Amino acid sequence: MNRRTFVNLFLGGSFLGTVVSFLYPVIRYLIPPRQAEAVAKRIIAAKVGELAPNSAKLFRFGSSAAVLINTSDGELRAFSATCTHLTCTVRYEGDTETLFCPCHNGRFDLAGNVISGPPPRPLEAYEVEVSGGDIFVSRKA
Amino acid sequence: MNKWWEKMQAYLEPRFQLSAIRDFAQKKKVPEHKHSFWYFFGGICLFLFVIQILTGVLLLLYYTPSVDAAHESVQFIMSQVKFGWLIRSVHSWTANILVGVLFIHMFSAFFLKAYRPPRELTWITGFLLLVLFLAFGFSGYLLPWNELSFFATRVGTDIAGVIPLVGKAIKTFILGGPEVSGATLTRFFWLHVAVLPAFALLIMGIHIILVQSLGMSKPIGIGETKEIFFFPDFILKDSVGWLLILAVVGAVCVFLPWEAGPKADPFASTPLGIKPEWYFTFMFTTLKLVPAHIFTIEGEVLAVLGFMLGGLLLMLVPFLDRRAAHEKRSPVFSAIGLAVVLYIIIMTALTYLAPNIGK
Ligand code: HEM
Ligand code: FES
Repeated sequence: MNRRTFVNLFLGGSFLGTVVSFLYPVIRYLIPPRQAEAVAKRIIAAKVGELAPNSAKLFRFGSSAAVLINTSDGELRAFSATCTHLTCTVRYEGDTETLFCPCHNGRFDLAGNVISGPPPRPLEAYEVEVSGGDIFVSRKA
Repeated sequence: MNKWWEKMQAYLEPRFQLSAIRDFAQKKKVPEHKHSFWYFFGGICLFLFVIQILTGVLLLLYYTPSVDAAHESVQFIMSQVKFGWLIRSVHSWTANILVGVLFIHMFSAFFLKAYRPPRELTWITGFLLLVLFLAFGFSGYLLPWNELSFFATRVGTDIAGVIPLVGKAIKTFILGGPEVSGATLTRFFWLHVAVLPAFALLIMGIHIILVQSLGMSKPIGIGETKEIFFFPDFILKDSVGWLLILAVVGAVCVFLPWEAGPKADPFASTPLGIKPEWYFTFMFTTLKLVPAHIFTIEGEVLAVLGFMLGGLLLMLVPFLDRRAAHEKRSPVFSAIGLAVVLYIIIMTALTYLAPNIGK
């Protein structure tokens, strides 16, 4: 290696190093800091008797929406309301007794399974318990 | 008037060397032939972009980018601020028209094979401008923080999340967190009013310098043609187009002012009939139609990767179309382009005519 190549390499390398050391903090600055997600364990979703048979209610579960359904046979069920396709929030349809996602016409039965449309997986099901006039919903263990 | 004008020129001439610019402008010519109609659409994009900057700067005066105040500030603009409805409607309508004209401009360059050497970089900078303007549309759509825009953003960003390996990281980066929240609104605002305009001006500058220095291309097989002067002939014709489009913008804004919609509620169901802005609907309806699984792979993953591959091929078309590069006709590329245009038109039409498709 002659002197000129050495100097060129040295100056070029230093320049690159400088650029990287300026860019690094900027890139790290742009990446959002991780925030603790609000994870709900067990919450009161509704009062007993609040829901008529064949109706449903959306409630806040941690940082997302969940749905509590009272089926026409009076059975209580809870699911994550986030569609497994591209994260829209499903809505309860009383006349078909299904959960419908209007974004790409996905449809789930009241066990959370996909009946039609593009969603690839069933809705996440939650545990429902009734205790002392309140309906509790919790994540399945 | 003439005295004053001459004095001013005499003052400016040695300082700005205006004659160099004037000489260039006086020499520049534009070919005129049976396809030269399409030469006007780039200029219309430019004109509409100027409208966007002007109305955008005006909207900034009253808009507040926070979850608690964004929707309220838009309603304030629409109902309290004098002519607020007009400024906002012009901005929203022009955004939609601009993307439409960009598509026309791009496909006309495609079918006239204007991407042939030495205009490969003109094509690539143009493609980047299209991507930037789609990003402008996507980020601007969230800013009023209404029901539709909230869920459209959830779906749109989850599409990025679908990309294998890097998807989740990209999604978090775009959203500023795990889901659409106040952080997302701040980020989209930052993109929409600072980052995208800076990049758009830079790339538009390169695009236009390339167009000016290379001159207009002539379609393959068109020999010697008549030429008209760029200044004033072509510019005058250009301005007829600008006036026409301005009249269209004015008419739609007065008869169909842009709505503010109900405020977003992250814990409510997605409203029925939700759909994105028209220029995303061909992808949106495709996502309705792809089956949940194609061989064991989730359908939307394949669809998203397919669209990305399509975009990449479109960007690289100057290097793929070897026949056109040698000034030979390339009907295969025209046919593929035509199929893509038909696909976009049919899917977009289905979105509005058959919203229950796949239900
Ligand atoms: C806001 C965005 C854009 C602006 C302001 C713009 C502006 C212009 C202008 C003023 C011209 C000259 C007149 C004409 O050919 O119509 C032009 C030419 C051209 N543009 Fe764009 N353009 C934009 C986006 C695009 C896009 C998305 C593409 C394609 C991917 C593209 C590809 C081209 C090509 C290849 C030419 C050369 C045409 C020729 O020489 O025949 N441009 N552009
Ligand atoms: S997001 Fe539910 S069907 Fe697409």
